[in-house]
Amino acid sequence: MPILSEITYITLQILITQKTLVKMEPKFILATDVGSTTTKARFFGKIRDEWKFLSSGEAPTTVEKPVEDVTMGIRNAVREVEELTGHKIIDYECEELRFLMPHKGENTGIDVYVSTSSAGGGLQMLVQGVVKSITAESAQRAALGAGAIVMDVLSVDDGRDTYEKISALRFLRPDIVLLAGGIDGGTKSHVLEMTEILAMAKPRPRFEIEFLLPVVYAGNKDAREDVKKTLCENFDVRITDNLRPMLEVEKVEPARDAILGLFMEHVMAHAPGYEKLKKLVSTNIMPTPAAEGMMVRKFSELKCVNSIGVGLGGATTNVYSYFDGRFLRTVSANLGMSYSVGNVLKEANIKNVKKWTPFQISEEEVMGIVYNKMIRPTTIPMTFEDLVIEHALARESIRMAFNHHKYLARELKGVKKERTISDIFEEVKTEDTYLDVYRINYIIGTGGLLSRAPRRSQSMMMLTDAFQPVGFTSLAQDSVFMMPHLGVLSTIHPEIALHIFEKECLIYLGTLIAGAGISKPGAKVADITIEYENGKKDNFELLFSKIVKVEIPYEKTVNVKVYPSSEFNFGAGFGRNVEKTVRGGVVGLVFDGRGRPIHIPEDEKERFNTILDWYSSMNLYPKEKIEEWRSQL
Amino acid sequence: MKDSKESFAYTPGLKVTPCTYIRRIRSLPLKGEILVKKGENVNFDTTVATCCIEGAPYIVKIAELLDVDPEETVRYILKKEGENVSKGELLARNTSLFGLINKKVTAEVNGVIERINEITGHLTIREPPKNVEVKAYIKGKVDDVIPNEAAVIGTYAAFIQGIIGFSGERFGKLKMAVSNPEQVLDADMITENDAGKIIVGGSLVTYEALEKARKIKVNGIVVGGARMEDLESILKTRIGVAITGREDIDFTLILTEGFGKLPMSENTFRILKENEGRIAAINGTTQVRAGVLRPEIIIPLEVSERARREKELEEGKMKVGSIVRIIRFPYFGAVGKVIELPIELNKIETESLVRVVRIELLDGRKVLVPRANVEIVAD
Repeated sequence: MPILSEITYITLQILITQKTLVKMEPKFILATDVGSTTTKARFFGKIRDEWKFLSSGEAPTTVEKPVEDVTMGIRNAVREVEELTGHKIIDYECEELRFLMPHKGENTGIDVYVSTSSAGGGLQMLVQGVVKSITAESAQRAALGAGAIVMDVLSVDDGRDTYEKISALRFLRPDIVLLAGGIDGGTKSHVLEMTEILAMAKPRPRFEIEFLLPVVYAGNKDAREDVKKTLCENFDVRITDNLRPMLEVEKVEPARDAILGLFMEHVMAHAPGYEKLKKLVSTNIMPTPAAEGMMVRKFSELKCVNSIGVGLGGATTNVYSYFDGRFLRTVSANLGMSYSVGNVLKEANIKNVKKWTPFQISEEEVMGIVYNKMIRPTTIPMTFEDLVIEHALARESIRMAFNHHKYLARELKGVKKERTISDIFEEVKTEDTYLDVYRINYIIGTGGLLSRAPRRSQSMMMLTDAFQPVGFTSLAQDSVFMMPHLGVLSTIHPEIALHIFEKECLIYLGTLIAGAGISKPGAKVADITIEYENGKKDNFELLFSKIVKVEIPYEKTVNVKVYPSSEFNFGAGFGRNVEKTVRGGVVGLVFDGRGRPIHIPEDEKERFNTILDWYSSMNLYPKEKIEEWRSQL
Repeated sequence: MKDSKESFAYTPGLKVTPCTYIRRIRSLPLKGEILVKKGENVNFDTTVATCCIEGAPYIVKIAELLDVDPEETVRYILKKEGENVSKGELLARNTSLFGLINKKVTAEVNGVIERINEITGHLTIREPPKNVEVKAYIKGKVDDVIPNEAAVIGTYAAFIQGIIGFSGERFGKLKMAVSNPEQVLDADMITENDAGKIIVGGSLVTYEALEKARKIKVNGIVVGGARMEDLESILKTRIGVAITGREDIDFTLILTEGFGKLPMSENTFRILKENEGRIAAINGTTQVRAGVLRPEIIIPLEVSERARREKELEEGKMKVGSIVRIIRFPYFGAVGKVIELPIELNKIETESLVRVVRIELLDGRKVLVPRANVEIVAD
């Protein structure tokens, strides 16, 4: 057999084997997420007829110099899994990374391998529209929906002169451009003006200077031929349906699907080592935020609930919402807990970070902790003070990312209130977003920092302080950061992915019961009655600026009656009673009397005392440590 | 407690070596011309490659400026695509009503008319191309040439990576301004004679020293640490993301340890001291994400020293007996020997369950720290 056809034959055999494996009921599954800093391997197996998470391994990502081959980082992470489990996964007889597939009995081999990626900064996109609050905003939602980081949004009315737009474009290195503008049948000239700016600026792609930068055109259908003519020489133009065919209709799915297709075809194909990775996976590689969001969406659809998910990553903070059947995904670039943690401090302002700490610490010390973490992002806090600062940064990062999310979670409008780019991390007024905080049933957190928090109550507190939900909200978190892994797995084995998600991945932290309003410290927020399954009743007064935690496990349900004072609203209106049956969790039921927005005293000593009271109520840190901090006041 | 003799857990480490063979690929941003040949000797400032970068486009909204319909614009334009224009030259004119309406559009830049768009009524002038030169950066030999794309320069050198740097490539003579790694680099330690040099400090560089270095025009500072607020004053911006190298300051600054007052590691200080008086190439470019690009100090060495001190760079794996340095508070900078590498996760002081390493510090204390918080100094 000639060499070429022999190689083709072997490749075909591999493809056939992989496709057959996907259809078969697997026994062992390996999933990796190639992150911006770390590659995370997760290993799952069917043990006594039940799917279990077996082990994890982590190693630095290798997608840029000096090791420009993504499979090296994967190999190192999987080797750690092998070391921890004794299960043989890598075929060491091959020089190139290859897995022992299928499972060969006992502790050898796997049946399915899937992967997500946000390496090299993830999928980076440039978005262009005509009107900032109409087509540019819809285009932004389409790009974010595909899990992209939006590098810049250009529109005719973005306040920049043409030369400023061109200068911005010339030095960007996006993976894909999304160009939109105009309703079908409307005027072409504005979208063609934006096309011309792109054509003249000729931004170059990130990974290879020789290939044509992909442009997805999702604007006025009448301008398609002109757009193609203007861009065809220097760009790879893909035409898709107009994402705003009419002013009152937004249709982002075709553009989003075209972006995801190009991500595989172009971006992944040009990233170092991805050609090898593509041969190893059992299904398409997905951008991490796309896979992560997929699990939030599937979970919400299955449970018929409104949910918010957050992925607190090293480089970005991703927020997902599923609300009344609408799904939205946002990726806040440079709000992360590793090499962009300095930016969290910069955007949040040091005072907002310090306000969550119950001890004296100078601004210089805070900066020392934050910036040394930025340059050595994989290091782990060894003191409680360090840990408290990291948790404070996490609260701020999520808070700002949620504001960014709410900015895009708005009803479609033809004419909108003008906003500037710098407004996106500012508070979004309640009436501006369709996310009604009283009707959010679940908040789900994921990401290394949340998963690795030494006590689950710390994660619950971080999520509560960042999102500040009101009414009755269930909180859950990813146990060991496996949501992206399960998201991509769900594309080929949805039942297995959802089973692992509910049984092994999600940790139900508990239910938060909070009221909106403000009062004086010590004033009554509400009378609370808890009725247990055995008929026992507990009654207590919830006071302003206090937290009451009641330990109730997830398996147990209780009936909670809230009789708020006239200044507080727990979901039914100010001063109106609410009654609900709720579940506990690893933390339990948390009655939050701190008001909304959370009241933090201005006076430093009072603030320290108040925060330490919250820590005590939540059992957030060891008693001795809390007492040590209190004794320093 | 189960033990492993070697570890595959992540153990970051900065490369610090008295002699190794270093190669640097000097790439063009676009295809161009390589000016050196394989085997040729080059100096720090030898131009090794050159290319032309297309000039900036300048869009002129003719229809809007002449107040005519876009599709009619061509009638009023006096130039053709491909034609050269100079600044101030007439591009288009609309004269009507016997000269009562006389609107003119002139070129605001020199260049070539690249495009006249009949749909938008815009005309684009492309400014002249700019020449880009790529320097050798290090003194050495051309090891390889990638036609039209890059030259690879190689040399034996002392090589030190810092933790973060600011501004790009520069070179200069190394000068030790302090006598030990703990000493603070003050303004009075920098003199007029230091212009063009690379100054080495100890644990901290003060704001005054940074200011003086700028005024005197030193080419670089290598030091253990610096206060963030001082850096922000010098850089005139707040640092958010650990991706640096393009800062517009007059010298390159490399921090070997981090932010704050942090004594330079003994090893780094010793190598720099041994090479005082030699010319070093430095680059502050840092990228803390996948692949991790760290700032570097490359001190090319003479042939005679090569045989004596040659030592290949190798990626260290942590083993029992490895010498490591702790890189997070409260033990930052402490050096010790690995005495145990437990396989299973262990609880540390903060109650986190992590992979750990037990270390015997030089003062005899035995500490348990996350493996992620140490860097290998030697096997």
